[in-house]
Amino acid sequence: MELDSLYQEVILDHYKHPQHKGLNPTFDAQVHHVNTSCGDEITLNINLEENLIKSLTWDGQGCSISQASVSMMADLLIGKTLQEAAVVVNSFSELMASKGTSAGDPEILEDAVSFAGVSKFPGRVKCALLGWMAFKDVAIQAQTK
Amino acid sequence: MSFSVAQIRKDFPIFERTVRDGKKLIYLDSGATSQKPTAVIEAESNFYRFHNSAAHRGVHQLAEEATDAYEGAREIVAKFLGSPGGASEIVFTKSATESLNLLAYAMGNAPFGNRFSLTSADRIVVTEMEHHSNLVPWQQLAARTGAELAWFGVTPNSRLDLSSIKDVITPNTKVVALTHQSNVLGTINPLAEIVTRAHEVGAVVILDACQSAPHMAIDVKTLGIDFLVFSGHKALGPTGIGVLWGRSELLDELPPFLFGGSMIEMVTMTTATWAPVPQKFEAGVPNMAQAVGLGAALEYLTQLGMNNVHAHELALTGYLLEKLKSIKEIRIVGPSNTDNRGSAVSFTLADIHPHDVGQFLDSQGIAVRTGQHCAWPLAKRMDVPASTRASLYLYNDESDCDVLIDGIIGAQRYFGRL
Repeated sequence: MELDSLYQEVILDHYKHPQHKGLNPTFDAQVHHVNTSCGDEITLNINLEENLIKSLTWDGQGCSISQASVSMMADLLIGKTLQEAAVVVNSFSELMASKGTSAGDPEILEDAVSFAGVSKFPGRVKCALLGWMAFKDVAIQAQTK
Repeated sequence: MSFSVAQIRKDFPIFERTVRDGKKLIYLDSGATSQKPTAVIEAESNFYRFHNSAAHRGVHQLAEEATDAYEGAREIVAKFLGSPGGASEIVFTKSATESLNLLAYAMGNAPFGNRFSLTSADRIVVTEMEHHSNLVPWQQLAARTGAELAWFGVTPNSRLDLSSIKDVITPNTKVVALTHQSNVLGTINPLAEIVTRAHEVGAVVILDACQSAPHMAIDVKTLGIDFLVFSGHKALGPTGIGVLWGRSELLDELPPFLFGGSMIEMVTMTTATWAPVPQKFEAGVPNMAQAVGLGAALEYLTQLGMNNVHAHELALTGYLLEKLKSIKEIRIVGPSNTDNRGSAVSFTLADIHPHDVGQFLDSQGIAVRTGQHCAWPLAKRMDVPASTRASLYLYNDESDCDVLIDGIIGAQRYFGRL
């Protein structure tokens, strides 16, 4: 069923067992992003050590796609430099814009290629991108601090 | 005439198509926008095909025909609402949202001494169950004028809390703006008590009838209200056309909102005077084809009989509510029976997010609305971050409800692997 390409097992796993959920009480920057069309929300905290992402913690509520996406993103980006993270974020954004024509680069995106199916559902792309847009924002804020 | 959904569906070409790999379209999103009968599609396209010209401008034959068609639509709307002052009390706008903004901005333009003039000594009253379009214009008008914004709360059983009506509609209240039927809860609000109290203190009552006018007979005189707005596209009509009805003496006193061609009487380089209502509120070449399409829509509804439409929806809503109650872990966000209730039925399914519910239903060909339905404060009040809404109309029947029920159970099964 077409629906199964959207709701991959690994996505539902992250939804059920979200990673890095629960906000770190200290942080270099914090952002709160809302998907105004459906009300999904994410708060994202970042801690940097020089250029390195030491921790990325979040809290939020929303659909399985938005919540699993931020969970997987945190898994992927922690331990990377901001430059390395930017490569991952760009790769994910491109995948989401692909309208189902791309399978994603597993070298860069690892498990996040499971979101490839989401790009076939224009109404859900914003859900998948919510956490990633929040990350772009929080990374900029942490650097300009 | 007898009410046959099967017959009615033949009038709506969209039901000839399928969705999601050949599935029958189960359209349960009429609260967002209704589908259009052929009569409306043809009325709109025939205007362009045969009569297109700028209404109220020019002396040629096409201009006359366009004017007649446009003004004919106004007559139809006046009759549909029971407008005591006839067609001159009907203002065409591009949407109900624009109608409400027109009122709010026009009041903001009212000079000292005008009955609509607002200062920090005045109060504007709304309710906690308003759609953003009947909340934000008023909260912003309050911010611009310094007037105080107050509101009726919503009780846990989804009704307006009128227990302290005199403390909400105070003697300094000038405007009471509320919805006739909640787009989320389906609640139909009792108007008599509110209208009586508002008029006692000299306030005007503005009714958002977007979710009621398409579904039940409306008579503005019986309702006793002062202004009413509704949108064409939720009432089988085209997008791009909305209605503002107001008592003529009030429309006369209300200053204009949009300035420009057609709304003037005399213009010099530094001054202008205004045309009589409704032209005073219709600057620019109007959405003529859409007004004509709306006229066709209201004639279609009138031919079926609004009381028949309402009776059909009431029975169907009762059927759906009963079926929904049999579903495990469901919470109906709104009244659970059909007392003073319309056909918008919102619900949550424990921790399955409405977006995921909606996606599964879509895979079964079922179109519903998910999210906060442009009513964030209400969602907060009801303590539901988001909900799924099925809204019924004259082309829906029990089989649509049955497919929805199967779809909901299917979604629970699908996401049960969580």
